[in-house]
Amino acid sequence: MNGEKTTTEHKHVLVYGEVTDEGLASITKELLNGGKELADALGEEIHAVFMGDSVYDRAKEAGAFGAKKTYVVEDPTLGKYSGDTFVACLGQVVERLKPRILIFGHSEVGADLGPRLAFELRQPISTDCVSMEIKDDSKTLLRTKPVFGGLAMALFASEGFPQMATVRAKSMTPAEKSGADDREPMRLDVDLGKVVERVKVIDRVTEEAKGLKLEDAEVIVSGGRGMGGADGFEALKEMGKLVNGAIGGSRVAVDNGWIPTSLQVGLTGTIVAPRVYVAVGISGASQHMTGCARSQRIIAINKDSAAPIFKQAHFGVVGDWKTILPAFMEKLKELG
Amino acid sequence: MNIVVCIKEIFDPEATADSFRLDAANKTLVGSSKVPKVVNPFDEQAVEAALRIKDKMGARVNVLSLGNNLDRVVVKKPVHMGADELFLLEDESFLGSDSWSAAQALAAAIRKIGDVDLVLCGRQAADSNAGQTGLAIASFLGLPCVTVARKIEVSGDIATVERVIANGYESVEVRLPAVVTVSNELGQARYPSIKNIAKSNALKPVLWKPADIGLTPDICGTQGRRLLATKLFLPVFDTNCEIVGGETVQEAAQNLAVRLRQERIL
Repeated sequence: MNGEKTTTEHKHVLVYGEVTDEGLASITKELLNGGKELADALGEEIHAVFMGDSVYDRAKEAGAFGAKKTYVVEDPTLGKYSGDTFVACLGQVVERLKPRILIFGHSEVGADLGPRLAFELRQPISTDCVSMEIKDDSKTLLRTKPVFGGLAMALFASEGFPQMATVRAKSMTPAEKSGADDREPMRLDVDLGKVVERVKVIDRVTEEAKGLKLEDAEVIVSGGRGMGGADGFEALKEMGKLVNGAIGGSRVAVDNGWIPTSLQVGLTGTIVAPRVYVAVGISGASQHMTGCARSQRIIAINKDSAAPIFKQAHFGVVGDWKTILPAFMEKLKELG
Repeated sequence: MNIVVCIKEIFDPEATADSFRLDAANKTLVGSSKVPKVVNPFDEQAVEAALRIKDKMGARVNVLSLGNNLDRVVVKKPVHMGADELFLLEDESFLGSDSWSAAQALAAAIRKIGDVDLVLCGRQAADSNAGQTGLAIASFLGLPCVTVARKIEVSGDIATVERVIANGYESVEVRLPAVVTVSNELGQARYPSIKNIAKSNALKPVLWKPADIGLTPDICGTQGRRLLATKLFLPVFDTNCEIVGGETVQEAAQNLAVRLRQERIL
């Protein structure tokens, strides 16, 4: 990249901040930490911006989590996320602050808002990144993200500013709250009077899932092609009860009608990160592993000792689950 | 009602790691001859969404894809499921696209197809995992966009869409023409039917080169990229899996229980 690009007027790392009812969203704490490393490498500052109808008090906390400056935009039209309104608002913020780097969580909002704003600004964006670094010579943002369902990692760079990325949850260590006083955020005035919101939100419905939710479960017992049929999943349910685990399955299990779609773990299903993931009769296709690779411990039971799952598992037994499960459960019960 | 569904041909994401090799020069993975090409699963659900609208109120469903030497068996699958027309942007210059250059070409083709009420895409491709193409097409065409839909209903010129959100859904309304990206929560896509296969065997896809959609090759594919791919590497998966053994499989299973208890895992 040429010198002109490195002497841009664009400066600092800006985090698009999100809040929950309790305070800063965990993804925002992660971005503040990851973004601080980028800012340090650049010799610049980490800033955060929060947008909402009533977000000021919760945004205050960002200072204690490392933001050098916190900006707040409050407007009645920002109460619920909607694409056109938020793009118009953040677009004005970016125009004003001219950040070098702008990062979002790859969250419900960030995954939608990030690309929307990028295309509006006619800038590229890298989505669902798991790490970022500054390329020393050119001050370019290098972003790493999993592709092909996690089989490969791709590195991307781009020209132009701001350099943008959305970041996968839990891929960075959250910032610790420091003893520093909460710095008062600065309010930014943004003119949203002329925004025409083309997508009208009618309703938001929260659905209570029956039983233990897959994404909240601490232990998941999951089955794949090797289960051979719906009967196999009855055996897994027994196991689930014993270890207080939720039941999941691979796409093959769903396609064959052995389990409902809602229980599918994988890229096209639910992405989970339990403490323990027990994979029974699952070979380890990339699309499935994307959904469970962040589990703390993976236990594999498979009759094929060459199955790729054993390269990502921590403990394994080679053999037929029909023999293994009863003996395993009996021993667990015996151990109390 | 005129619908365009954008589909991407990819290597089967159900294939395992050992069936791919790294193509370092092109910064991509190439599947071995064992790995079939398939329609990106999310795009297949976008086709399903279009066909559900067609079933209910009648619609012309046009399928649009981009690449070079596209596998006819793969790209015809949506037609075998019940779509009406197939448009293929096929040229060497389309290879190596990122979300930007792909969406730019797809948007130009949608403009050329003309009178389109609804553009549907999968929420993301299972290979590049970007989730940008739908939003980019909407931006290039100046259309509103709704992402991660699990249900789409059309009444007059209004589409009511249920979007997937954490723990539930959001119901939104958008005036057509619009772009909607479809999520797996839409549910199982239908299988090709014998009737549709027989009917569509004679169907000839419409083939367009960059010039046919008003683009020059230098803004297509690799040359038109805005995201510069600097490297692709294979993460080394080696968790050092402890394979628990025993005299018999039963004993191995019992030993596993003991090990997991020792390590306080279960």
